[in-house]
Amino acid sequence: MNESLTCDVVVVGAGVVGAATALYAARAGLDTVVVDRGPVAGGTTGAGEGNLLVSDKEPGPELELALLSARLWAALAREGLGEAVEYETKGGVVVAGTDRALAGLEKLAAEQRAAGVEAVPVPPDRLPDLEPYLAPGLAGGMHYPQDAQVMPALAAAHLLRASKARVLTGREVTGILRGPGGAVRGVRTGRGDLHAPAVVNAAGTWGGEVAARAGVSLPVLPRRGFVLVTEPLPPRIRHKVYAADYVADVASDSAALQTSPVVEGTPAGPVLIGASRERVGFDRSLSLPAVRALAAGATGLFPFLAGVRAMRTYAGFRPYLPDHLPAIGPDPRAPGLFHACGHEGAGIGLATGTGQLIAQVLTGRTPDLDLGPFRPDRFTEEAA
Amino acid sequence: MRTDLAVIGAGPAGLAAALAASARGVRVTLVDAATRPGGQFYRQPAEALAASRPEALHHGWRTWERLRDGLAVSAVRVLTEHHVWCVERTPDGFTVNALLGPEQEEPVQLHARAVLLATGGYERVLPFPGWTLPGVVTAGGAQAMLKGGLVVPGRRALVAGTGPLLLPVATGLAAAGVEVAALVESTGPRRLARHAPALAGKLPEGAGHAAGLLRHRIPVLTRHTVVRAHGDDRLTGVTVAALGTDGHVRPGTERHLPCDTLAAGHGMLPHTDLAESLGCRLDGLAVAVDTEQRTDVPGVWAAGEATGIGGAALSLAEGHIAGCSAAAHLHGTAPGPAPAALKARTALQRSAAALDSAYVLPAHWPEQITDDTVVCRCEEVTAGAVREALDLGAGDERTVKLFTRAGMGWCQGRMCGTAIAGLAGCAPTPAKRPFARPVPLGVLARHHPKEGPS
Repeated sequence: MNESLTCDVVVVGAGVVGAATALYAARAGLDTVVVDRGPVAGGTTGAGEGNLLVSDKEPGPELELALLSARLWAALAREGLGEAVEYETKGGVVVAGTDRALAGLEKLAAEQRAAGVEAVPVPPDRLPDLEPYLAPGLAGGMHYPQDAQVMPALAAAHLLRASKARVLTGREVTGILRGPGGAVRGVRTGRGDLHAPAVVNAAGTWGGEVAARAGVSLPVLPRRGFVLVTEPLPPRIRHKVYAADYVADVASDSAALQTSPVVEGTPAGPVLIGASRERVGFDRSLSLPAVRALAAGATGLFPFLAGVRAMRTYAGFRPYLPDHLPAIGPDPRAPGLFHACGHEGAGIGLATGTGQLIAQVLTGRTPDLDLGPFRPDRFTEEAA
Repeated sequence: MRTDLAVIGAGPAGLAAALAASARGVRVTLVDAATRPGGQFYRQPAEALAASRPEALHHGWRTWERLRDGLAVSAVRVLTEHHVWCVERTPDGFTVNALLGPEQEEPVQLHARAVLLATGGYERVLPFPGWTLPGVVTAGGAQAMLKGGLVVPGRRALVAGTGPLLLPVATGLAAAGVEVAALVESTGPRRLARHAPALAGKLPEGAGHAAGLLRHRIPVLTRHTVVRAHGDDRLTGVTVAALGTDGHVRPGTERHLPCDTLAAGHGMLPHTDLAESLGCRLDGLAVAVDTEQRTDVPGVWAAGEATGIGGAALSLAEGHIAGCSAAAHLHGTAPGPAPAALKARTALQRSAAALDSAYVLPAHWPEQITDDTVVCRCEEVTAGAVREALDLGAGDERTVKLFTRAGMGWCQGRMCGTAIAGLAGCAPTPAKRPFARPVPLGVLARHHPKEGPS
């Protein structure tokens, strides 16, 4: 079946970022079509834990985007989407095992507070009030009430449904249509062209490929992460709990394996354990060293987990850009092309803010945040 | 523990492989989860039952005796009640990670230079309205009850589904004193007849079962299917109906058959979890092997149902060939399998392929699943919820699982995978199960330098 469609904007990618972009674009009055070569949430969204975190971000543009996104997620939840996407304002607890790590955590928290983050110090003897099953002997921690969670695949699906955009799954974008002067005029798919004056690249880890089809470069690379999933348990872990060294790993540029435990319960019962990071291309095969390190880290935080069974583990590929910031905004190299990808491990959380910003620039409004740090062509300049 | 060749699975393929390699001077360790070797096919009655004539329930009892006695005098080390959860590659070979004992809590590692996967198969399960009622069992489950527990599942049984397993189950139940109300086979008689010449390899066995059907006066309904199982607390009867040539149920052909047991079988699927986490290439749903039964991962062989469903005789031949090949490669000599095994494998693979194309699922079986039918029992997900997920944009097994949790429970989709793929309208794909069984986090963590928060 071949069909030719005309609309205001084509969003490439039916993950959570594409879904949020479609939602805010449609709300801004744009006739929106979402196209994906796979199903909804078939890429990194489907492998995500659903973290809406402010706690793990150092002050700067990413934290500003996280705070904007957190407000938008809360607003969507208030509109009635909360239950469908399993939105939970559970808060985060970051723990430090040593006085040195605690000093680093306190310094980070002070900077975050100045940027608008709520960060409440928790002395060691108060940690059990927040998390009764934590290992004894920790130096202290920090409570971040703004940290929240959604179920990522359901979030993508329900944002798409709420957008009322047309969603074309199982259709790969094989080319970006360009007009005279290089202006983008839509996309070519295996089953017909979609004509639109604007195309949004929300293809996540595969965003570099979509950019290349428009003749521009965007150095998105996969950064593999494993998640361990346990058998269903009664609620024992109340927050997102992680060790203070997680923030350093997130910001690291190393390609080698890094793991720092991030542990949380889910409404369905299983406990999710992240987060390993390594740059090994799109290799999905099991790495026992990685999952062993996750298990060691998690049982170090919560000793009772030693007797709990891991049911499964899976890998996902975070869309990684060299400076750890996403690409958001118009691409001056291809007028009409907009990027909304490269969110690394924070795409679920940052999706709403990203979608809102893209919708604002699509409709000629002033974006809520300065898009300068997210400029998609920033890497080309560095190379030149 | 160290060994030259670790054989995983002590069914027909694993036994034949272990004996062949051991006879050629290889140090072999045979690992199995059950309390005794034999696998599903040579499943033995529990010792406590002191069965006097276990052979009455078995085909090829003499072959089993030969394997059993051969194992007893061989140098093969047998590790029973070892539940393997993952085999990993190491710089000098492989580490087989297992959990010991009925509680599966004590970790054991076996280091081997080579691995032979004889992990067998498991039953393909298709849901239908009422399939979760007590009294509904799988065909293989009914057979296992007969062989292992020497118990009969009920008084009046219906055997239904498709595939060659239905015949021995029907005759086995009848021989054990169960009244078999009917054997309901969804494949039509003409389709079976068309493949008859190619099925010749199975003829002696098949003819025996056919005679059994006659002897026990078991009515056979071909091109029929189960529409619904009835009952409040347990099964009281089954509605069956005829299938049209288009694969849809023919309206007006429904009839009710009272029974207290329904043994439903829809064929088998290969166990490929260990092969997949080792990185072995799959061919469709089975482990891909060459003529020597080697996978594409050096040092890993596979034989039996894991490489494609073909029955016990084929598994024996493949196991023998694999064992000979593994021994030769470990010794650096040329493999010399028995020519009879090579010949048998060729003939049996041909009849397995014929069976495979003869017995196919009814074309439109997913439409029989009503919205209120539970398809994933672990997570209690109904067909309606799966259809809703498809409507939300899920398009395959993985995204249906993400949206509904179907397949995320204890069985990890082994029971519901076929149904979900069918409802999603896509071909079943091999599930990714890096852990072949659940493993305690403490066991996982043990082989890692302790890492606490810093």
